[in-house]
Amino acid sequence: MHSLTSLQRLEAESIDILREAVAESERPVMLYSIGKDSQVMLHLARKAFFPSRPPFPLLHVDTTWKFRDMYAMRERAARESGMDLIVHKNPEAEALGINPFTHGSAKHTDMWKTQGLKQALDLHRFDLAFGGARRDEEKSRAKERVFSFRSAQHQWDPKNQRPELWRLYNTRKNPGESIRVFPLSNWTELDIWQYIHRESIPIVPLYLAAERPVVERDGVLIMVDDERFPLRLGEIPKHKSVRFRTLGCYPLSGAIESDANTLPAIIREMLLATTTERQGRLIDHDSSASMEKKKAEGYF
Amino acid sequence: MNAAASATDRALIEGDIEQYLRTHENKSLLRFITCGSVDDGKSTLIGHLLYKAKALLDDQLSTLAADSRRIGTQGDELDFALLVDGLSAEREQGITIDVAYRFFSTDKRKFIVADTPGHEQYTRNMVTGASTADLAIILIDARKGMLTQTRRHSYLTSLVGIRHVVLAVNKLDLVGYSQQKFAEIEREYRAFIARLGGSIRQVTCIPLSALRGDNIVASSANTPWYRGPSLLDFLESVQIASDSTSAPLRMPVQWVNRPNLDFRGFSGRLLGGSVKPGDTVRVLPSGKISSVERIVDFDGDKAEAVNGESVTLVLADEIDISRGDVICAAQEPAGVADQFETTVVWFDETPMLPGRAYLVKLGASTLGGKLSKPKYAVDVNTLDHVAAATLDLNEVGVCTLTLDRAVPFDAYADNRDMGSFIVIDRLTNRTLAAGTLHFALRRSQNIHWQALEVDKAARARLNGHRPCVLWFTGLSGSGKSTIANLVERKLHTFGVRTYLLDGDNVRHGLNKDLGFTAADRVENIRRIGEVAKLMVDAGLVVLTAFISPFQSERKLARDMLPDGEFVEIFVDAPLAIVERRDPKGLYKKARRGELKNFTGIDSPYEAPASPELHIDAEKLDADVAAERIIAYLHAHDLLTHA
Ligand SMILES: Nc1nc2c(ncn2[C@@H]2O[C@H](COP(=O)(O)OP(=O)(O)OP(=O)(O)O)[C@@H](O)[C@H]2O)c(=O)[nH]1
Ligand SMILES: [Mg+2]
Repeated sequence: MHSLTSLQRLEAESIDILREAVAESERPVMLYSIGKDSQVMLHLARKAFFPSRPPFPLLHVDTTWKFRDMYAMRERAARESGMDLIVHKNPEAEALGINPFTHGSAKHTDMWKTQGLKQALDLHRFDLAFGGARRDEEKSRAKERVFSFRSAQHQWDPKNQRPELWRLYNTRKNPGESIRVFPLSNWTELDIWQYIHRESIPIVPLYLAAERPVVERDGVLIMVDDERFPLRLGEIPKHKSVRFRTLGCYPLSGAIESDANTLPAIIREMLLATTTERQGRLIDHDSSASMEKKKAEGYF
Repeated sequence: MNAAASATDRALIEGDIEQYLRTHENKSLLRFITCGSVDDGKSTLIGHLLYKAKALLDDQLSTLAADSRRIGTQGDELDFALLVDGLSAEREQGITIDVAYRFFSTDKRKFIVADTPGHEQYTRNMVTGASTADLAIILIDARKGMLTQTRRHSYLTSLVGIRHVVLAVNKLDLVGYSQQKFAEIEREYRAFIARLGGSIRQVTCIPLSALRGDNIVASSANTPWYRGPSLLDFLESVQIASDSTSAPLRMPVQWVNRPNLDFRGFSGRLLGGSVKPGDTVRVLPSGKISSVERIVDFDGDKAEAVNGESVTLVLADEIDISRGDVICAAQEPAGVADQFETTVVWFDETPMLPGRAYLVKLGASTLGGKLSKPKYAVDVNTLDHVAAATLDLNEVGVCTLTLDRAVPFDAYADNRDMGSFIVIDRLTNRTLAAGTLHFALRRSQNIHWQALEVDKAARARLNGHRPCVLWFTGLSGSGKSTIANLVERKLHTFGVRTYLLDGDNVRHGLNKDLGFTAADRVENIRRIGEVAKLMVDAGLVVLTAFISPFQSERKLARDMLPDGEFVEIFVDAPLAIVERRDPKGLYKKARRGELKNFTGIDSPYEAPASPELHIDAEKLDADVAAERIIAYLHAHDLLTHA
């Protein structure tokens, strides 16, 4: 009798979490951010409920500043999974034309993502939302439960989390309150890549190296993905072979120079890297306890 | 984050990444926790272990260095605790509040470590981490020795079923690396564990300095008297019993998968055993029996699924199954009960209220339940059983749990996931307590009868199947007993209660006074009919294997029972054949005239006109015949309760 490999075990655990959450909620939704973790989470959901379609919609909280390749992947994922895709853009942010260049990353992220997410959840009265966060990403994530309770104001109280024993997830909540569920809690970045490789899960091509137009700002390579990019005087985009370890809004995602254009090659690079994936994410550098604070305010 | 790889791993990553990935995927996983009293150095130890195991990357190290200078407790040196104490409140106060999960791997193993808080106030968070761990590192500050929290955490470690404990005698740098101090603590701790009983099978004691790094990944020159492994060496090599696939199948149904009217699958995770298409299963609490038709998977049907896998099963029969039901191995089903003796750990500031209606989640069932006044509470310091009227925050006690309805379960000692529960407040929805099931209390089996008459239907409910008589008839040597025996054996493995009446156990006792005259043959069958009827009333599936040659006596037996409960099985083999077989030499004897009134020779056999089952014993193999009979019983719902 064979026993499971750690990757098979992770898969089984995530599927268990997805099913449990769906069985115990009224209006579940999957937060879909188009990144590699979202792709894995979506793949697991399709497995968990097969031959049924996953019984919930995908929600993309759009900032209008994602890479064009990401929008393409979003449409493809919805088409292939047959799931409903809800795209929410904070109308206030839209009206004010909030963008990372004029308003800074903190304001941009708060308006589009944190407020946008809360609006979307309230609008559709979702009582449970899946997110692709992993505990190995960051110190405050490492502290979070798999089923993470949120007040009616979407707040996380890290000092008062529900005990979570064995596989017995307490999903009870009162009207207005909600639960965020993280099926990938126990996955590491390597697990994610290895699983993508093993399962041939489609990912946004930006994860693989290719010649792309970039400019260097404060030591970070930023890709000029569309004509909205305000080039500074004399700034000329250079074509470099680059790729991304994490994807978000293109003006806030740092590229790394690389020739790794296959999955094994990027896994190799990651394993030999001397920095974490969050290094490329500009929003985390705003303040040291920034993630915990953002999460307490309702960020995913 | 990725462990910056070891030199051997690096070479492999650079040389043959695919090979590295295969190796990595097959590494075993060890989940462990650190626990013990406040400030004993748990977080420091984990931080230092991550550092020494090269599980930290440059940006994390520079953040650590900056944080250490700004808010650390170690002056200009690194404060490793800051690597795990990730909440701002924790960093401000220099304590751990909630469990942190960290991930790292070496070239031998993968690890998930949960750093748990030492403060008594946050015991619930320690138990959260412990409940999924294989091993616990219990720290002791060498200056302070064993404290109440050390005992409490050891007790809780054993309560959740952890078998391996590392006693890390820490801060040895502050006691001059004293061997004597280490030995004293080790002695005292082992004595405590010996009294604790419980699940802990192995205690390994290691002298450490979490701050200075002694014996974390390599033997330290400061403790030349210590010959044992370093902490990491031990963690890499300790043998952890893998979850057993040899345990009986358990699959709580989490979700019923109905994409359309033609498909009905049951989704859940295997919490024991394994399953293959064709396996006979019993569904609890109904007790209905069916078999697995398919194991449906995204990548095509599977030939087998094992413990730990999340699957979707399709069963051969249309039976009513809903979330919370448990699909079990037919021959070794779980128990079904609504009252249990349990151990409860209370997590909430509001004390337990005996008799209050709480919600209880157990497996995939959430239902109403009550806890009794504790039989006793446990003083974690002395391990004494003390009288208690309730359980307060962080107290542990033994209570009776009574549920609103009966649910499938196993004892916690047999199956962690089938024997654990949490208690939820109906109003606030807080998780108030967690507990483990020891055993079902007697009332459970009796409870249904308090409301009902104990009648045939009630017995059928308890047995999980309906009673009937399988009346085999046919010439001597036709194969009645062989087939009846096979059928009985198969039914038994399905968990069906059976009894086989045949010549051996009837002729020698009850009917000892009867011979083979026609009158005696009639009386023989009448008595067998009466006994079978009593046994059917008692809820059994009765198999009778007698020639029973006369139409009228068989009708007599049939008429004693309600419609549908008398299944006449004609085992049909021509005289010429049975006489050639003549297994007991009886036909020869009869031909020679040594045996009077022998059916077929000098006494008639009246073949049944319309038996429920007609077995062609000349052509059919006994096993095939037995399968046909089982199939008949399934088809007529006799193996499920009404
Ligand atoms: N000298 C010395 N100090 C240590 C050692 N281990 C930990 N400390 C110090 O003890 C203090 C408490 O360490 P922590 O790691 O935060 O203790 P903890 O057990 O995680 O505490 P809680 O999680 O709050 O219960 C810190 O100031 C550490 O630097 C050691 O081996 N030697
Ligand atoms: Mg700590």
